[in-house]
Amino acid sequence: MGVCKEQPGVRVALTGNESLARGALEAGVAYAASYPGSPTAEVLGTLAKVAGQFNLYVEWSVNEKVAMEGAAAASFTGLRSLVVMKADGLNVALDFAGALAISGTRGGMVILVGDDPAAHSSVREEDSRNLCKALHLPILEPSSVQEAKDMTREAFALSEQLKLPVVVRCVTRVCHASGDVKLEEIARPERRPVFGRHDRVITFSIRMHAQLEQKLSRAVDAAGDSAFNSYTGPSEAARLVIASGPSVMYALEALDMLGLSGSVGVLKLGTTWPLPEKLLLSYLETASAVVFAEEVEPFVEDNVMALAAGHWSELGGVRFYGKRSGHVAGPAGAGIGELDPDVLADALAKIFDVPRADPLLLTSLEAEAMLGEKMPDRELALCAGCPHRASFWAIRTALELDGREGIVLGDIGCYTLGIVRTGYYLLQTMHCMGAGVGIAGGLGKLDRFGFNKPVITVVGDSTFYHAAVPALVNARYNRANFLCVVLDNETTAMTGHQPHPGRRTTATGEPADTVPMEDIIRGLNIPYAISDPYNVDATVNAVCEMLEQSGPRVLILRRTCALAAVKGKRKNRVYVDWDKCIGDACGCGRFCSKVFACPANIWDAEHGKARIDEAVCNGCGVCATLCPQQAIVVEGTVE
Amino acid sequence: MSAFREPLNIIITGVGGQGNVLASQVISVAAVEAGYRVVVGETFGVSQRGGSVMSHVRISRDKAYGPLIPRGRAGVIAGFEPLETLRVMVKYANPDTVMIMNDRPNYPLGCLLGEDKYPDPHRIEETIRKIVARVHCLSATELAKEAGSPLAANMVMTGALVGSGLLPFGREYFTKAIELLFKDSVRDLNLAAFELGHRRVAG
Repeated sequence: MGVCKEQPGVRVALTGNESLARGALEAGVAYAASYPGSPTAEVLGTLAKVAGQFNLYVEWSVNEKVAMEGAAAASFTGLRSLVVMKADGLNVALDFAGALAISGTRGGMVILVGDDPAAHSSVREEDSRNLCKALHLPILEPSSVQEAKDMTREAFALSEQLKLPVVVRCVTRVCHASGDVKLEEIARPERRPVFGRHDRVITFSIRMHAQLEQKLSRAVDAAGDSAFNSYTGPSEAARLVIASGPSVMYALEALDMLGLSGSVGVLKLGTTWPLPEKLLLSYLETASAVVFAEEVEPFVEDNVMALAAGHWSELGGVRFYGKRSGHVAGPAGAGIGELDPDVLADALAKIFDVPRADPLLLTSLEAEAMLGEKMPDRELALCAGCPHRASFWAIRTALELDGREGIVLGDIGCYTLGIVRTGYYLLQTMHCMGAGVGIAGGLGKLDRFGFNKPVITVVGDSTFYHAAVPALVNARYNRANFLCVVLDNETTAMTGHQPHPGRRTTATGEPADTVPMEDIIRGLNIPYAISDPYNVDATVNAVCEMLEQSGPRVLILRRTCALAAVKGKRKNRVYVDWDKCIGDACGCGRFCSKVFACPANIWDAEHGKARIDEAVCNGCGVCATLCPQQAIVVEGTVE
Repeated sequence: MSAFREPLNIIITGVGGQGNVLASQVISVAAVEAGYRVVVGETFGVSQRGGSVMSHVRISRDKAYGPLIPRGRAGVIAGFEPLETLRVMVKYANPDTVMIMNDRPNYPLGCLLGEDKYPDPHRIEETIRKIVARVHCLSATELAKEAGSPLAANMVMTGALVGSGLLPFGREYFTKAIELLFKDSVRDLNLAAFELGHRRVAG
């Protein structure tokens, strides 16, 4: 494994997330905690794998706030600690993060936040830098896989120097990139946590706010000296690009494509908050045109323009181009979506009035004309054999039988696909972890105003522990009327099968003191039932029965994630018996492929019969139990 | 071995679940083992399968590049699925791009539901041949079954990519990468699949 290679100077292939983990190892991290979220989900898993080798404490926490509180505790004793989350997770941890900035830290503490420009796997394109600025926390932004490691290592030192947590803000294109990384030595500090009876780390607002501002002005000086800020290009450039994150690489390539490398300079900012003011002013003095390249919001852009406004008399006639001016914009508009070399090349060609030689051959429309057909889009789908598909089918069927137009709410996880076709458009709300349960609690109190529809909320097992429990406590206390269906696939499937308190193992694979969700639900005095979603009839019955009840109640639909279940095992062979399948004559409306919509069930147009794609099928056999002709055969045994 | 263009831009495309990420990982580990600089940009994170996925792999002698290939600048496109091969070609190919494609369709939901029609894979191949000079079309999924499992189609495609002779370093670095990344029977399956793909294109 490249992550724990000991030879300094050697180059190994690492993913961005492994590189971030390696940076923490090189800094001598002792304590790491996280709740899994894309794009940073693999950082903690990487550290967990080497925890024994380097004597680290590594945990999957129940949510990001708890993770940050634990990491802060380690820092208070002088140890170096890391907490990892995605942008949405920083929102969860925000309350504590704000207090922690005031109290300060001791041992170096790094908050690694993964932002997801273009929302590849998020509900929104949040730019966490605006929050970090509000929190008064310094931000480092890696632009490459190599820098992901180098910056993480340095962030610990900076944190210790400032006695303040330091944020490493990494975007998807760095976290999920991989490349060759030059290693440095892994630190093995002697670890003796110290926190005595008289040690205090407190927030005491007025005096400590002043101290926090002083720490930030020291951070401005540190940013000015930082090697992570660098310049490439002609000296005293009149035309300048200020870039951060992977946009640095895109800008360099775009200038190269346009033949502008020799005449336009690129100022790379690695310390995006607080800004290295003197450094920036020295470049702004000679520049007459400045272009900003960053993701997602115009964060550096706004702050540099504010800095420039304060020095307007010295700077004279510099013009700023970016998101505010509308020049740096992708197809969806300025400040929306990711940048890439093409977006920047288009912008720079326009701003500096140079031609864009584009080897692009043809458009999709032209390709479709040559093909003589349309290229169909490809939507996301629940995996073949996904227990959630069976659960959604059962809920949908139960609601039809119930006939009262019940409402279905949801939140974040694989089951979010319940908002689209693959989940039969069942889910009517989707906001953040656990929000469905809280919203169900609100709807469940509206009977006095005449709202009488049954309310169902679905929540995943990991989300149950993360954010559903307080909402369920509230529902019990206030007697809200709804059915909470826990889609328990026994893992955090969305982010790569991380364990949670319902599992028997910890992050490092040690046996866990499992906290069964049944115990929690029982403790809340909430009635519950358990069903296997693969057993569709029984599940439909269970949903129907529980819809008849009142007050808060929970139905656990438990079946291991189809991807995890077949790992290393022989799967059942499922096939269509063409003697029994009578195709469209059946009247089932091509149930298996078109209605149930499992991607392994395909329609053989040539023969007018259903077929199963063995490369896709997971062998669950649920379609076999639903086929009206019993034409689907399962070879082997479905447990 | 053909002339190496700096950087060598490789795009791997297909459908979630086809092992796209692993294939790009094998290439990047092999490149580093061979002493080259490499950067891979992936799209993953939504664990659900069935969506379009794409990896950008950029190999260079000594320069660091960003993780995204500009449009029209792919040197090779390895398409694990016909429709995705065409979709990606439209944005990233130029007349010199080498196309390596698996002929086996993976039907989008809209096609399963009978709302969309999946284009004839032969027409897709013909269209691609009209646009670029060199196309290798192979039955990677069938070859993978021969090696032991249809799921190893990604290694058949990786073998085909190496067999095309476009990479600046030899296949031994790939067998080394496969041996580093996989264990036991999975390693043997992947090595066998890689061989079949390599032989299919290199002859």
